[in-house]
Amino acid sequence: MGRVEGKVAFITGAARGQGRSHAIRLAQEGADIIAIDLLEPVPGAPYDAATEEDLAETVRQVEALDRRIVASKADVRDFAGLKKALDDGVAELGRLDIVSANAGISTQMAPTEDLAEDMWQNMIDTNLTGVWHTAKAAIPHLKAGGRGGSLILTSSEAGIKGYANIAHYVSAKHGVVGLMRTLALELAPDMIRVNSIHPTQVDTPMIMNEATYRLFAPDKENPTREDFEPASQATNALPIPWVEAVDISNAVLFLASDEARYITGVPLPVDAGCFLK
Amino acid sequence: MGRVDGKVAFVTGAARGQGRSHALRLAQEGADIIAVDIAEQIDSVPYGMSTPADLEETVRQVEALDRRIVATKADVRDFAAVKGALDDGVAQLGRLDIVSANAGIFSFGTLEELDDTTWNDMLGVNLTGVWHTVKAAIPHLKAAGGGSVVLTSSVAGLKGSPNIGHYVSAKHGVVGLMRTLALELAPDRIRVNSVHPTTVNTDMIQNDAAYELFAPDLPAEQRTRETLGERFAAINGLAIPWVEPVDISNAVLWLASDEARYVTGVTLPIDAGSMLK
Repeated sequence: MGRVEGKVAFITGAARGQGRSHAIRLAQEGADIIAIDLLEPVPGAPYDAATEEDLAETVRQVEALDRRIVASKADVRDFAGLKKALDDGVAELGRLDIVSANAGISTQMAPTEDLAEDMWQNMIDTNLTGVWHTAKAAIPHLKAGGRGGSLILTSSEAGIKGYANIAHYVSAKHGVVGLMRTLALELAPDMIRVNSIHPTQVDTPMIMNEATYRLFAPDKENPTREDFEPASQATNALPIPWVEAVDISNAVLFLASDEARYITGVPLPVDAGCFLK
Repeated sequence: MGRVDGKVAFVTGAARGQGRSHALRLAQEGADIIAVDIAEQIDSVPYGMSTPADLEETVRQVEALDRRIVATKADVRDFAAVKGALDDGVAQLGRLDIVSANAGIFSFGTLEELDDTTWNDMLGVNLTGVWHTVKAAIPHLKAAGGGSVVLTSSVAGLKGSPNIGHYVSAKHGVVGLMRTLALELAPDRIRVNSVHPTTVNTDMIQNDAAYELFAPDLPAEQRTRETLGERFAAINGLAIPWVEPVDISNAVLWLASDEARYVTGVTLPIDAGSMLK
């Protein structure tokens, strides 16, 4: 008996990285999946866009676990497109229990005075407004189920402390905490729980790129993953440079499962002790 | 394959209530148990405390799961007794991986009225007892090459509450202890986190003295489980009067397991949203 057997989970940003890992981990424990991803380049992002092939690979891996998945291309900034993708998924899979608002971007890294207007706006639109859109589209389905539900909003260590040169990211991720706390109060009467998770650096394409290496190792001219490793580890208390996507998925799974049936309104770091340093 | 298969867990206050529940939940998932409990009354505590028969019942239930348990009568205020019981348990069971510093007491009074004995008993059990528990465990955890320590604090470890100032002070102190231990033990891959329950359905709360604290305006004959349930529900976000011991055990299990291998330094509420109110 899986820990989320018979439930249906909606995951944004599911083509690769943490989102794909969440889809697979929840499917391993018995959930069917509704997946969306942007699948287009993000202006200013220092990494390649997720592709149709990436999302198809997520579908393949979920189906290999004998679970069902409804995957579509949708942009969390576009409420109508997101809502349609979710509504179609619920129509096909019959219910909704779990939401992982995971889609997120990393873009320009610069002092706040030098951040470009469009970089700021696109960050807020994706990493904060996109999370609101995700919850807004999901709430009617969760209420309709009458069984409660669990929303997990992906914030960041940057949602509970400041970092120089990414004010737009820090602001959006802090905003997610305010959104989580408000949703937790608004949805508690319906036994719908809302929590946020706060990863330290995770080994995914969003951070394994030269721009991020430079953010952590600004003294190097052409910093590499090897230069990034000790600088990244220095932010953590445990002697590890970064966590794996599955470590975040295991936190999502715990919060999604009935084992956490009375946990709501909690910001949960998965951060190797980074917050203490 | 259990989620803590082959590990050994040290649980204080294991004769009944949350401690017994933690012992059983960890044993269900494959752990052997080292249990201690004071199993006698402390005069400043206004409800009946655990007995040797309670501790024997914990032993019986763990053994019914085909796990081993070494149980000893010991007071967490007495470091030599705690260390003796733990060392003996490790000698018999071969290792130590998990620590649940759960032993705690409850008593009442405004800070203006509290007497020294009541204050010192509280700080001795609920704070110094936690330090003693971890201090005795650290050498064994280091010898094992890592581990997980879970300190039982309370919602009263994160916010104030009238008439239990000694309890609030001790439980806040546990957070400081947890944060310091997490930093000190991170190089050895020993993780340290705290859990923060709202009201839990145990003998510590379900007694006449606690009822009087939470419903002083009601005549004694009207202080029932039902009327008190309404009082307790008012402090939660979710519409429930209290959580069950197993809800705390499930959080302890997750933090103890390798699924939380990079979670350390975290205050985890299991509080039905009471922190938000």
